[in-house]
Amino acid sequence: MATTLPKTDVVLIGVGWTGGILAAELTKKGYQVVGLERGRGRSTSDFIMVHDELRYALRYDLMQDLSKETITFRNNDKMRALPMRQYGSFLLGTDLGGSGVHWNGQTWRFLPYDFQIRTMTEERYGKDKIPEDMMLQDWGITYDELEPYFDQFDQMAGISGEENPHGGKRSNPYPTGPMKHTPVMTLFKEACENLGYKPFTQPSANLSESYTNPDGIARAACQYCGFCERFGCEYGAKADPTVTVLPVAESTGKFDLRTHANVVEILHEGNRATGVRFIDVQSGEEFIQPAEVVAVTSYVLNNVRLLLQSGIGKPYDPKTGTGVIGKNYAYQNMCASTTGFFEEREFNVYAGAGSLGMCVDEFNGDNFDHSNLNFLHGANIFLGQLGKRPIQNNAVKPDTPSWGAKFKEESIKYHNRSISFNAQGASMPFRYHYLDLDPTYKDAFGNPLLRMTYDFKEQDNEMSKFMASKTEEIMKEMGASEIIVMKEKGPYNIVPYQSTHNTGGVIMGDDPSTSALNSYLQMWDFENIFVPGASAFPHNSGYNPTGTVGALSYRAAEGIDLYLKNGGSLV
Amino acid sequence: MADQDKKDPLLEKRTSRRSFLKNSGLTVGGLIVGGAVGTLIGRETNETTTTVDPKKAPTPQGDGKANPNAALMFFTPNQFDIANAAVERIFPADDNGPGAQELLVAYFIDHQLASGWGMNAKEYMSGPFYPGEETQGYQGSLNRQEIFTVGLQAIENHSKEKYEKSFVELSGEEQDAVLTDFQDGNVEMKGVSSNYFFNLLRSTTIEGVYADPLYGGNANMAGWELKKYPGHQMSYFNMIEQEEFEVIEPKSLSSQHNH
Ligand SMILES: Cc1cc2nc3c(=O)[nH]c(=O)nc-3n(C[C@H](O)[C@H](O)[C@H](O)COP(=O)(O)OP(=O)(O)OC[C@H]3O[C@@H](n4cnc5c(N)ncnc54)[C@H](O)[C@@H]3O)c2cc1C
Ligand code: SF4
Repeated sequence: MATTLPKTDVVLIGVGWTGGILAAELTKKGYQVVGLERGRGRSTSDFIMVHDELRYALRYDLMQDLSKETITFRNNDKMRALPMRQYGSFLLGTDLGGSGVHWNGQTWRFLPYDFQIRTMTEERYGKDKIPEDMMLQDWGITYDELEPYFDQFDQMAGISGEENPHGGKRSNPYPTGPMKHTPVMTLFKEACENLGYKPFTQPSANLSESYTNPDGIARAACQYCGFCERFGCEYGAKADPTVTVLPVAESTGKFDLRTHANVVEILHEGNRATGVRFIDVQSGEEFIQPAEVVAVTSYVLNNVRLLLQSGIGKPYDPKTGTGVIGKNYAYQNMCASTTGFFEEREFNVYAGAGSLGMCVDEFNGDNFDHSNLNFLHGANIFLGQLGKRPIQNNAVKPDTPSWGAKFKEESIKYHNRSISFNAQGASMPFRYHYLDLDPTYKDAFGNPLLRMTYDFKEQDNEMSKFMASKTEEIMKEMGASEIIVMKEKGPYNIVPYQSTHNTGGVIMGDDPSTSALNSYLQMWDFENIFVPGASAFPHNSGYNPTGTVGALSYRAAEGIDLYLKNGGSLV
Repeated sequence: MADQDKKDPLLEKRTSRRSFLKNSGLTVGGLIVGGAVGTLIGRETNETTTTVDPKKAPTPQGDGKANPNAALMFFTPNQFDIANAAVERIFPADDNGPGAQELLVAYFIDHQLASGWGMNAKEYMSGPFYPGEETQGYQGSLNRQEIFTVGLQAIENHSKEKYEKSFVELSGEEQDAVLTDFQDGNVEMKGVSSNYFFNLLRSTTIEGVYADPLYGGNANMAGWELKKYPGHQMSYFNMIEQEEFEVIEPKSLSSQHNH
């Protein structure tokens, strides 16, 4: 019934950031690459009418159609998982470029501590510091080993920034200088300096100046238009796959991109993938794409789902603690949300960019002593000026009703007179936080939805309270006349937006019994399947993931090249 | 010209309608007949509202013509009136500037409900349906069109129960009391909680105040002006570092499309 297409060297399941990087790197090396993308094509010309808050930020124009495919969720395995019927906590990208088109561009390298977190935590605090159900493990690669790949991502995307005093060593400075500073940023910077911290400009994939990358791709500088995250960039200033890696892949003549191609299965014989089965969602036709290497590049959640659905790898079982696929699902502890009111000043906060801001890292990773604290890791404290759009921003003082005359008056008055920031906390893996297939709910093709079992723990709450004390102090120092701080964390709730930083499920490591992938993102037990993406993170750091996802993708590209040359397990 | 000297347009309208009715053969012994059209005329004749008539808001082009966008795609006129009264309580006119009625928010809501969003087109609406925990989000089987239909009817019923009057006939304080009962989840509703409906009404109202005028609300960009928000601008490159606050004349996307 399915039509079998000619065999290719590499097939990509999904063409967002991870797929795009593999497409460019492998076609440059001369391989034939087929990219299967379930959504439509995209380019900057789609975004002439993009300054539309309702359409993009509230109606999720660029996001996956949940009527066709979603996930189910429960806080713990005593609850019945129910479908995420509407968007809330996180957003899922679709179409060419994936979430890479509508991300903010906040681009980080995880800390050296992250990659050896178990070893370094035990060394400093002893084995007992790590709670029994916290599945902390080393990544099977160190920061120094990954540094050249971080550099590749930075050069390709033209990351703008300045040295992070607490970051790992860099072989090259940022390819472009830091973004411009606004008065709000300066206020934050000075307050942090007064408190003895070392603030620095948020590293950014919104270009601070025009830039030509090593592949010869030239892009314009960011215009600070204020419609960035959840929106596409009509200028091509924000690094996204459609304006960086995909044109390079296309120019080689070796990249065969197929849009509207939804992959439903990874085909395999024994411990070897033979290709993928996909459905052309426009014609309904079914195809088989045979390939030497299958790269699973469909974002964290579908990476896990496709493996489980195809019967590849051993599913994780939280009761026995065995198996690997679906293990170590983690998220982001967005906490200590702090709003300050400034009676005397109005700021031009309608202007901004997706990764325009200042931050401090004194309380991230293991940059501070945790001996007397009931949590591990930490958070990046970040003030962003992203463009304060009027529907979604309605800060009012405590005890103000949420509607009516008083609400109107205050939400107008403080629109340009209030400033908010928060802490982006790391998320630790726990034994009962995992992903598997839902027994009840199905997608449009009749396949089971992915089921997420996840909640916030004491770890998250303790971190939140600690960070709130720091953010409040900074806001006071900034001179706010009144401050609201969110200290405690309730249970994880899928309704309010928090962060699209889902991680884990197909994790890397140095031991096949506790991880799914080796340090080349190659599956231990399926040597011709590579799974780059934040699904490979054994835990999530106090940073946005994509800088590290990008580095892992360059590493995987090298691994695929080595595998196609020599075969076998690369580690 | 002093205010009193102006002709009251509302009064004028009433007079002319009354004489129209008399001569139209739509009344029998003073009662209006004539099916849907008849009730429509009757309804307008009985209007006692003193707030701004949104239908008379000028077109965004400011050419003085009636706004062709001010018509209904989904609501019945009766539903529209309830919604139009409710949104004004949520976002009332005051010294700061126009309220939701003048900003045509109820039209915005009507048009949104007629769109795919009103039918939850891009959301997972397959069963089985179970109540679920709060952390799991909306689990009902009603789409937004259905929620508004049920919800507006519930507002009307609750008003009659509480005050023996229609919602639109209540004083502002009474309307607030009704809406507060919904906000607090104290009104029985089928298929959805009154609190969920209230939050949907509230968030859609705010959307209608501040969304690009192309969607029918935020009339004349006056919503944006409240927040000194400039709407769609090509670039802030040259002023992003600037210390002083700058009020920029707002632009809507129509300026981008028609330039
Ligand atoms: C609003 C928003 C803001 C963000 N901001 C930041 C930020 O500032 N910094 C940061 O580091 N990260 C940010 N992220 C996260 C970032 O976008 C992701 O980490 C990154 O895009 C992940 O790359 P990926 O290739 O794994 O997935 P994606 O880029 O999403 O690409 C996956 C692709 O696979 C396709 N696909 C999925 N399933 C199938 C299938 N079955 N068959 C065929 N194709 C399929 C999808 O359509 C998609 O195109 C943000 C995300 C969002 C949504
Ligand atoms: S803020 Fe800058 S990078 Fe973001 S969309 Fe606007 S111009 Fe592009």
